[in-house]
Order: sequence, then C-alpha cells, then structure tokens
Amino acid sequence: MFIKVNPEKCVGCEACLSACPYDAITMEGGVAVIGELCQACRACLTVCPEGAIVESGKAEATVDAGASGIMVFAEQRHGCLAGVAIELLGAARKIAGQIASRRGATCSVSAVLLGGGRDAADELICFGADRVYHATGPELDAFHDEACAEMLARAIDAAKPEIVLAGATAIGRSFLPRVAARLRTGLTADCTSLEMDENGVNLLQVRPAWGGNIMASILTPSRRPQMATVRPKVMKPIERVEGRQGEIINLPSDGLVVRAKVVEFIKEVTMNVNIAESDVIVAGGRGVGQKGFEMLFELAGLLGGAVGASRAAVDEGWISYGHQVGQTGKTVCPKLYIACGISGAVQHLVGMQSSDVIVAINKNPDAPIFNVATYGIVGDVAEVVPMLIRKLKESA
Amino acid sequence: MKIVVCVKQVPDTAEVKLDREKNTLIRDGVPSIINPYDRHAIEAALSIKEQAGGGTVTAISMGPPQAEAALREAIELGVDEGVLLTDRAFAGSDTLATSRALAAMISIISPDVIFCGKQAIDGDTAQVGPEVAEFLGIPHVAYVRKIVTVSDGAIRVERLMDDGYDVVDTSLPVLFTAVKELNTPRLPSLRGKMAAKKAVIKKITAADLSIPEGELGLSGSPTQVNRVFTPEARGGRKALSGSLEEQVSALAGELRAMSCA
Repeated sequence: MFIKVNPEKCVGCEACLSACPYDAITMEGGVAVIGELCQACRACLTVCPEGAIVESGKAEATVDAGASGIMVFAEQRHGCLAGVAIELLGAARKIAGQIASRRGATCSVSAVLLGGGRDAADELICFGADRVYHATGPELDAFHDEACAEMLARAIDAAKPEIVLAGATAIGRSFLPRVAARLRTGLTADCTSLEMDENGVNLLQVRPAWGGNIMASILTPSRRPQMATVRPKVMKPIERVEGRQGEIINLPSDGLVVRAKVVEFIKEVTMNVNIAESDVIVAGGRGVGQKGFEMLFELAGLLGGAVGASRAAVDEGWISYGHQVGQTGKTVCPKLYIACGISGAVQHLVGMQSSDVIVAINKNPDAPIFNVATYGIVGDVAEVVPMLIRKLKESA
Repeated sequence: MKIVVCVKQVPDTAEVKLDREKNTLIRDGVPSIINPYDRHAIEAALSIKEQAGGGTVTAISMGPPQAEAALREAIELGVDEGVLLTDRAFAGSDTLATSRALAAMISIISPDVIFCGKQAIDGDTAQVGPEVAEFLGIPHVAYVRKIVTVSDGAIRVERLMDDGYDVVDTSLPVLFTAVKELNTPRLPSLRGKMAAKKAVIKKITAADLSIPEGELGLSGSPTQVNRVFTPEARGGRKALSGSLEEQVSALAGELRAMSCA
C-alpha cells in the first residue's frame, strides 16, 4: 500500500506537512511530495482539504484461515511465573471473547511455559489457559534466546495460533523478535491496548510512538500469527479459578542449540526497588533537585510507598535508573501516584497514567501533568511537600 | 577483528512537543541526531577494535539520503567507513523489512561482531537487533552492559535483566545490543573530523542487495500503521481550593481517607 499525492489536485496549502507524524512530506514546486519516511499511516488523508492524497495498491489480506486461538508466552524466571504472564492470560481471554462474539468463532487460549515446574503449568490453567505447552531441559533453566525462540516457534507450529502475546520484559523483548523474523510476521512492541477490530479478524495493537508523543494503532493484516509484546502492569488478570480444567502438553526440547550461554546470574538488590509492585509511588522530576529527593523518600515512607522519578531526574544522576517511570523506564499502576516537580511529558505519562489517583504538584499551572491529575496543587515542591509531610504527621 | 555497528538517524524526540489544539507534533527546529543508544554501540565497537589491536569498524545505516550525516558523525568518532542503504524501495519498512535489508548488507561484509543500540528513541521497539541476528542465523545478546573479556572466537559479556544481570559467553559471529551503562561515548577527535570530511559514504540500493521485491519496504512489512492519535486526556479531576496551606490540608485529608497514611 502506498500513499500518493495527485499533483493536479494539490493546491500547495501544506496542511499535510504538519499532520504527518513522520515528517515524510516535503513541498516541491508548490506541490506536496511524499518521501520515503512515509509509514502509510494515513494521517495526511484526512487533513487534505482537496482530497488530493490517495492510497493505492491496498494489500488484500491473505490471512492463513487455518490459524486460530491465542497463545501467551508465559515467562518464568528461576521457577517463578512472571506477573505479566497472568496479566496476558487475562488479556487473551478478553480478546478471545471478542473473536467469539464478533466473528462467531470459538477461540481458545494456550500458554507456552519454558522451564519451570508442573505447578506453574497448573497455575496458568487456573488463570485462564485452556492448554499449556510445557517444555523443560537444561537449555531452558536460564534464559537463552536461541532456545526460547526455537521452542516458541515449535509451539506456534504445533498450535497455529492467530495471535501470540508476550511480556515486554528484558526476556520477551529480547527473543520475540527472533521468532517474528523466523516466521516472517509482524511484531508490535510495548502495546498499551489490544483489542479486535469490529469484524473480529485483525488485532488492533496500540502503542506509544515517537517517544510517547503520539499513539499508533498497528495492524498485521496479511500475516499470521499477529505478535505483540505488552508491558507488565498494563493488562488486568482474570480471577483465579481453582480446579479450572485444562490440558498440559509436553513439548519436546531435543536438539536445542545455544551459542550464547549464560554462565552465571547475579541478582542485583539495588535494582529491586520494584516500584512496579508498589501501591503508592512518590515521584520526582527536574523540579525537585538532588536534595529534594530526600523529602520525597520521607513522604514515601509516611505513605508506605516507593520513590519514582522522571527520566530528567535520572539523567541528572539524582536517583538510579531502577526508579525511572515512563516510556524508557517502568510502567506503574499504583493506587496513588504523587508527581512532584514533574512537568508530564507524554513519555512520562504513558508510564503512570493508569494509576488510580494521581496527585500533581508543580509550579507551572500549564504543566501537562495537571491534565491527568486527580488532585493538582500549583506551587513550589520545596514548599508544598514539607507542608504535606507536616500535615500527615499531625494527623497521625 | 571485523566489526559492524548499526546506526540510525532519529529526530531528537525529547525536543518534540505536542500541539494540543491542532493535535499534531511540533517538529520545527527539532534536530536530527544519532540515536543515543547507537553512540554506545559505536563506542563499544571502537574499544573492541582497539583492544584487539586492529581491524575495521564499518557503520551502516538505512534511511533517506540525509542520514549520511549520521554516518559522517560516526566517522568523526573513529569509525573506519560508512555504508548507507538508501532507496525508495526501502520506504515504509517496518522492523522486519529493515532487519531483512540490514542483514543482507551485513552478510556481504561478514563481520565477527555486530553492535546495535538497544533501541531507537523514535520507535522504541528494540526489535531490529535481534531480528538481524535471526536473519543472519547467528546468536545475539541484548542489553549488554559490560564486555568482560574478548578472546579468539569467544566474548564474555554481562547482560542487563529485570532482576539483575546474566554473565553470558558467546561464540562469534555475534550481535550485541548496547545499553547506556556499557560505556561513556567518546568525543570526536580532530583526526576523525578530517577523516569524516574526506570520507566517501558508500550508497547501497535495493538492487545491490538482491532481496526479492516482496520482502522490501512497505510490501515486505507485515505491520501497518492503521492510524495515529494523541493520547486522551484523563477525566475525574477533583478541585482543591483555598490558600496553598488549605489545599495541602485538604489533600492530606484525602490521602488519609485513602488510608495511605
């Protein structure tokens, strides 16, 4: 599919130039020309007042009709299931429901468990898997990209799912691309929303683009499976049902090749700030300053929470990367998020805007953080935070 | 040691702002830069070459003709040569089609080690590195934070994980993706600047790579952008009124009510 400008109709109004998120349109001789940065997102089509921009050669979907069902890569680490595996099963059940109601097709949910024990496989069934493909072997005890890619490819070959989901974790983001490349199919990273289109055929994969400044809805119209990674804490798990029925299928793990081999794992305690698990997060940005983080730790301590930070604060070296919230840091979903001196660039917002309650404290009344805030206080962090600490202590 | 480093020219997304009224991106004056993670990849490539006591570092990039500037910048830093994949046929490539083309170029060079940045700041997918490795049929290690030892035919690295790090031994050839912690990128040298001025950047077209047409550009890209939109504003705002002190008191009351304090 290509986007073209009809030079006869183009009046050179340049409306399309600012509409293009990819900066792909230039003016040549008073006429818009679409260059090679074009991603065929069609943003320009709707803004052209002359109807001079058209799409041509729209690809006919040649979807493998045999593909059906949703497969979740159920990540485990040192024998423990990752939270995102359970969350993805919840998402998969929701999508399966949409396929069933919109397409009138039955849709099952399977999980792939590489390494880990039988108890983990049983747990996946309790959380919504109809079938678990389980493989064990020495190559699967530590995380090896080549072994995981081969095993997931074998599971996909066995089940022929139409959709494959995995966590956008260090593991998922590392080996899923290998599987997508092997199957010559599309992979959409870091999705924040997944749902079926109205016909129940294509998965609408929504992800932040351009450093989180815009959201893009991505389709994989002509290849199967449609593959996507999703960050932890974005999807909601379904309720655990004890004794839920499901099937466990052993996947043979013979002949795995591992050329990049893990010789040792070192757990880092400092990285285990685990803001992603915390119910309360007090986060600081550029407006806080190095010394200001001390009072944020005090406030977090009072509220029984953890301290987060914007990328600006981490880049300044005021706090370590493990605390970073946002597009290039962690996605969090606490009950309470207090943003102190954070302006609220979209790349930060995408990492925290699904928090239940957001409090924003910022000097600048026009800071975008106030657009997502439940409670906003316009004021200097250095004044407001100590005051808040005092009030909370008084009432304790 | 023959080393390839993949470089992408990106808009400095930190400088991009949103025009909320028109729902468009404000790009005026946004500079094009070398993807920041690729700078760490370049540094790693150069330091491995120096440790090995010889070899070549080739920077390759795919993009419009102006991406040549990123390759010249890489040469300023000490890279030996630059190769630019540029052709209308590559337009609209997603990560799969991009990786396909880069891998085709890399297999011609046939290096021992390939470095990429962990992701590009405009797309943030982190997919091209591992996909290139798969197309080449070689192992990869993503999120490399330290190169421990380099010996004949083997490299030991540390790989950043969510809960710590793995020590990984890999055979060659191999592809690494670099995180910020890997090194501190150097500044251009005077000699590098001279070399960059004189350097001839090799231009490669789709025809040079002999890739079937259906595997290139938009037609070789399984993913399609359906639409782009600005993130929705969140509702449910509650007002705090009065003096600053009163507002803070009210907030403290709300936080207590949430039984956080």
